[in-house]
Amino acid sequence: MKAVIEELEKRRAVARLGGGQKRIDAQHGRGKLTARERIELLLDDGSFEEFDMFVEHRCSDFGMEATKFPGDGVVTGWGTINGRVVYVFAKDFTVFGGSLSETHARKITKIQDMALKNRAPIIGLFDAGGARIQEGVDALGGYGEVFTRNVLASGVIPQISVIMGPCAGGDVYSPAMTDFIFMVRDTSYMFVTGPDVVKTVTNETVTAEELGGAKVHTSKSSIADRAYDNDVEALLQMRRLLDFLPANNMDGVPELPTLDPAGRLDPSLDTLVPDNPNVPYDIKELITKVADEGDFFEIQEAFAKNIVTGFARMEGRTVGIVANQPMVLAGVLDSDASRKAARFVRFCDCFDIPIVTFVDVPGFLPGTAQEYGGLIKHGAKLLFAYAEATVPKITVITRKAYGGAYDVMSSKHIRGDVNYAWPTAEIAVMGAKGAAEILYRSELGNAEKIAARIADYEKRFANPFVAAERGYIDEVIKPSSTRQRICRALNMLRNKTLENPWKKHDNIPL
Amino acid sequence: MFKKILIANRGEIACRVIKTARRMGIATVAVYSDADQSALHVQMADEAVHIGPAPAAQSYLIMEKIIEACKATGAEAVHPGYGFLSEREAFPKALAEHGIVFIGPNPHAIAAMGDKIESKKAAAKAKVSTVPGYLGEIADAKDAVKIAGEIGYPVMIKASAGGGGKGMRIAWDAKECEEGFALARSEAKSSFGDDRVFIEKFIENPRHIEIQILGDKHGNVIHLGERECSIQRRNQKVVEEAPSPLLDEKTRNEMGAQAVALAKAVNYDSAGTVEFVAGQDKSFYFLEMNTRLQVEHPVTELVTGIDLVEQMIRVAAGEKLDRKQADVKLNGWAVESRIYAEDPFRNFLPSIGRLVKYRPPNEGSAEGLTIRNDTGVYEGGEISMFYDPMIAKLVTHAPTREAAINTQSDALDAFYIDGIQHNIPFLSALMQHPRWRSGELSTGFIQEEYPNGFEPRPPEGEELKVLAAVAGAIDHINNVRRREITHQMDGTPVRFSNERVVVLGDTSVELLVEGTLGGPVTVVMAGEDGQNDTLELASKWWPGDAVWSGVVRNADVSVQVRPILNGYDLAYRGIRMPVKVFTHREAALAALMPEKVAPDTSKLLLCPMPGLVKAINVSVGDEVKAGDALAIVEAMKMENILRAERDGTVTKVNAQPGDSLAVDEVIMEFA
Repeated sequence: MKAVIEELEKRRAVARLGGGQKRIDAQHGRGKLTARERIELLLDDGSFEEFDMFVEHRCSDFGMEATKFPGDGVVTGWGTINGRVVYVFAKDFTVFGGSLSETHARKITKIQDMALKNRAPIIGLFDAGGARIQEGVDALGGYGEVFTRNVLASGVIPQISVIMGPCAGGDVYSPAMTDFIFMVRDTSYMFVTGPDVVKTVTNETVTAEELGGAKVHTSKSSIADRAYDNDVEALLQMRRLLDFLPANNMDGVPELPTLDPAGRLDPSLDTLVPDNPNVPYDIKELITKVADEGDFFEIQEAFAKNIVTGFARMEGRTVGIVANQPMVLAGVLDSDASRKAARFVRFCDCFDIPIVTFVDVPGFLPGTAQEYGGLIKHGAKLLFAYAEATVPKITVITRKAYGGAYDVMSSKHIRGDVNYAWPTAEIAVMGAKGAAEILYRSELGNAEKIAARIADYEKRFANPFVAAERGYIDEVIKPSSTRQRICRALNMLRNKTLENPWKKHDNIPL
Repeated sequence: MFKKILIANRGEIACRVIKTARRMGIATVAVYSDADQSALHVQMADEAVHIGPAPAAQSYLIMEKIIEACKATGAEAVHPGYGFLSEREAFPKALAEHGIVFIGPNPHAIAAMGDKIESKKAAAKAKVSTVPGYLGEIADAKDAVKIAGEIGYPVMIKASAGGGGKGMRIAWDAKECEEGFALARSEAKSSFGDDRVFIEKFIENPRHIEIQILGDKHGNVIHLGERECSIQRRNQKVVEEAPSPLLDEKTRNEMGAQAVALAKAVNYDSAGTVEFVAGQDKSFYFLEMNTRLQVEHPVTELVTGIDLVEQMIRVAAGEKLDRKQADVKLNGWAVESRIYAEDPFRNFLPSIGRLVKYRPPNEGSAEGLTIRNDTGVYEGGEISMFYDPMIAKLVTHAPTREAAINTQSDALDAFYIDGIQHNIPFLSALMQHPRWRSGELSTGFIQEEYPNGFEPRPPEGEELKVLAAVAGAIDHINNVRRREITHQMDGTPVRFSNERVVVLGDTSVELLVEGTLGGPVTVVMAGEDGQNDTLELASKWWPGDAVWSGVVRNADVSVQVRPILNGYDLAYRGIRMPVKVFTHREAALAALMPEKVAPDTSKLLLCPMPGLVKAINVSVGDEVKAGDALAIVEAMKMENILRAERDGTVTKVNAQPGDSLAVDEVIMEFA
C-alpha cells in the first residue's frame, strides 16, 4: 500500500510541475503566475480539488507521442470562494503553451458540465496559444464543445473569464460568450487574428498590445469589463466580485452581514446637484454614499463613461446599479452607453439581482456618427432590456430626465416598480430652451420674448411635479433620504412576482 | 445690549461670531454672495441677506450693501470679522452715519494703526522700538530698488493696507526687489483695493509673537498675553500657539506694557493685536497692529477663558471692561492648526471643489483636554475659488504644551476630508517634528525644515507597528465578516490562516492576527529584541468607516482608512500610504509581479491646480531654459508663475490666456 501511495505522490508532484521548472521560471519572468498559482490565489486556502490531473493527449502526429505532460495544458477542478462553490479551469502556458487539444477540451467541458449541473459559477483563466495545431480538426471540435456549453450555461450560472496572457483565435470565443471578461494590463491580449496575419491581409502594422491589449478592450472595443495591473490584483478582485454574484439563476443574491444602517441619512446629498443646471457632478458620489459601506464594484469603468454600471449592496444584498454620469458628455445616452447598460441590465435580470437606476439624462446623442452607427437599434437594446426585466426595479431621477431617454431609463411606463424623483428633477420632453424655441418659432427674432418663454417653460416643466401629478413618479424624496428609501423599497419588493409571456426566447434588437 | 447684529463676513469667522451672539441672546444676520447661497454661516444665522455676485469686490467689500442689509433687517451693529471691511477706516464712519454701531475700534484708531505706514509713525512717536524701514510712499520699482539698497538687503515689501501674507514679498537682491514690488502691488490692489506698499528691513531668523489687547470706550486697555505664530509658510500663518515657548514672564510683561501703551495712545477701544518680531535673544520690535479680531484668536480664548467676540460686542455697546490686568490669568497651553484647502504634495497649491467628505473630530472637553474646531464648511459644501482657502481652525488646549500638541496630533489624525486636497498630512507631520516639539521656532521654520517642499515620510518604529497592526485588524474584520456570507457549502467550514503580511510601501511586516467580529483584536509581530511583540487593539471599526478609531496598547489611535484595490490607503501622523494585507502565499506571489512604471510627464507642463490662465509667456518654437517663466495661472486670487523645470523647446501650446484649466491639464509640450 505504501508504495502505491508513494507512486501517487510522485505522479502528483510531476503533474504539479506542469511544463517543468524552467518554463515556470520563464512564466514568472514574463510577470505572470502559473495556472496552479493563480488558482491558489483565486480560491480559499486549500479548497481546490483538482480533477483530471493525469490526463494526457492522444495525438500521435508530428512526433507528439513522444512529448506528453500530465494535465495536458489545462488545470481544472473546483473549490470555494469564501465558502461558496465555484468551478475553475486555468490554461497552463508552461505545457504546450496552453494550447487546446481534444483531451484538454474534454477536461474543460467536464468542468462546464459539472458547473451547470450543480448550478455554481465557473471561472476560466486564459493564457494560451490557441488550438494545438498538431491535432487539427480534433482541436476545432474541442472548441465547439466548449462553446456549446458556454451557451447552454448562459443565464443559468455566472461565467467569468480572466485573460492573463495570450488569447487568440478559437480561444477568444469562449470568453466572448461568458458574462464578464477581465484582463491583466501589459501581459494579456485578445484578438481573432494576430498582428502577423493582420499585416499579411490588410497591410496594417500593429503590435499585439495595440491590437488587443487591456487598454483597447476596456476602453475601445468594450470586450473586457475591467483590467488590473497584475495577476494578484486581478485574482483578488475576482474573489471580491464573486461575493456579489448569485451562484445561479434560482438561488437569489448572497447576503453579507453589515452594520451599515438602512436608515442612514446623508445630508451632503442635499447639495449634490449644483444650483446651475449646466454644472456637472459626480454620480459615483451618490452611488458610494447610498451603497452599503461605500462598496461599489464597477463594470466597464473605462468604456462609455457617460453611464455607470456595477454592483453594490443594500442591507447586505446585491443590487445592480445603472446611473447616467453627468461628468461625461452630460450623461447623454449614445450607442456605446446603451449597449453597455443593456448588457448589464440583462445580466442582473438573468440572476435575480434587483436594479437601482439613477437618472440624469439630457436625451440621446444627436449626430450622423450616432445615427449611422445604429443609435436607434442600440438605444432600443437598453429600452428592451429594462422593459423585459422582471427583477425589482427602483428608479431615482436626480435631475434631467428628458425625452425618449426618460422612457428608457427604467421609467414607470416600462415597468419600473418604484420611481422616485429628487426635488431637483426635471422631467420633460426636452430642455426649456429647445422646447421654447420650437413652440414659439415665430418669436425667435425677439430675444426678450424667447427668454420669457424659456422661463415660463422652466417654471412649468423643470420640476418633478408634473410627472408626479400623473403618477409617473411615485414619490418626490429628499436626496438625503435616498438610501433609506431604496432599502425600504427593496424589502417591499422582495416577493415581487412578474412573468413575461411564454416564448422560446425574445428577439432583442442585436 | 444689541438685539440684533449683522456679521459682514463669511466662512468660519462669521459662524464663530454667530455662536457667541446666539449665546448672548442676540439675533444674527448673515450676508452672502452668489457663491455662498448654501454656506454654513447663512444656515446658522437667524436671517440672511444676499449682497451680490461671488467676487468679494462686488459683494463683501461693498459698504453700501452691508448698510442696506442692516437697514432691511434692523441690525443695530455690525461685526466685521477679519479681512474684507474689518480694517477700513471708512467703514465704521459710514456705519455711524446711519446710526449703526461698528463692533470694532473707532475709525481714528483704525486710521492711526490700521495703515502700516501710519502705525509705524505712531509707534515711533510712542517710543516703541521699530524695525528699520522706509515709511513714505514708493513711486515705482526703480524707486523701490533704490530704497531697498539704502536699507540693505534682505528687505520685505508689504501692502500698506494688507494683513496676512497677501501682497507681501521678501527680496534678497535688486532683481527680486523689482519683481516683488510689482507682484506685491498687484496683489495689494486685487486683495485690498489699495496698491500702496512699503519696504522695511527683513530680520533674519525672527519669531512672530503678538500681544492680544482689549480696550473699551472708557479708556481702559488690558492685554491678554501673547500668541506665537512663527510657523508660517510664505508669510501665511499655519500653526499658532499661546503662550509662546520663547517668552518669560518679564518679557511678556514688557511686551504687554508696550502694546497697552500704544493702544492707549490711539484710544483703542476694541480687541486688537500688536504684532512684534522677536529675536531668539528675546529682543522684540514693533511690527504692526491689526485693528481687528485675529484669525488665531481662539488660542488666546482657550488660555484666558475669555470670549473675545463677546468682549468686542460688550465694549461696542458701551460696557466697561469687566476685568483688570491682574484678573487675566494664563492657564495651560493652546495650539491651533489652520486647515487649508491646499495640496501639500504639490507645493501647497490651492485646491477647490466639493467637500465630498468632511468629518472633523468631535469637539469638547474631557480630562483637561479640549478640542475646538472653528469652521465655516460642511460635508457636501463647496470650497470656492473666490475666497480664502481656509477650511477650519483646529484648536486644542491642555495643561502643558506637550499635551496640547499630542491632543492636536490625535485630533488631526481623526480629521477626515475628501474631495479636495488639504494640508492635514503636513500639519500631522509637523506635530511630530522634533524641532517644533522643542519650541525652537522661527518664521523660517517651514522653509528650513522642508526646503524641498513637503514629502511624505515613511513610518518608523512604533508608528510602523501601529499602522501595521491597525491594517492587520482592519483586514481581519473584513475577512471574518466575508466568511459570514450566505450560500456557503455545507460541511467543514473553510479554514483561514491567521498569518498575514502587511506591505506598507517598501516595508513588510509579518503578523499573527486573532480576534472575533466586534471583539478586541490581538496582533503579534516581531519586536526589536527578537521576542514577539503583542499589541492589543480595540475598536468599533466596521468596513466603510472613514476612520479606524480605537485603542492600541492602551493609547488612543485614529487612522484614516480609504479603500483602494485590494487594500487600504491609510493616513496617520502625516504618513499616508497604500497598504496591502496579504497571506504569506499572496505576498510571495505578489513579490513576483513586475513594478508598473508611471507614464513620463517630464516633457509636459501640467496645470498644477484648477485656475485661470493669466498669461502664456512663450510660443511654439521658443527655446526655454530651466527656471524661465512659462505661464501664469491665477487661483485663489494668487498669481502662480509656472517655470520650466529643464531646458527645452516648446513644441505645442494647448492653452491661452482666459482659459479655465483643471488640475493636470496639459498647458504646453516640449521637445
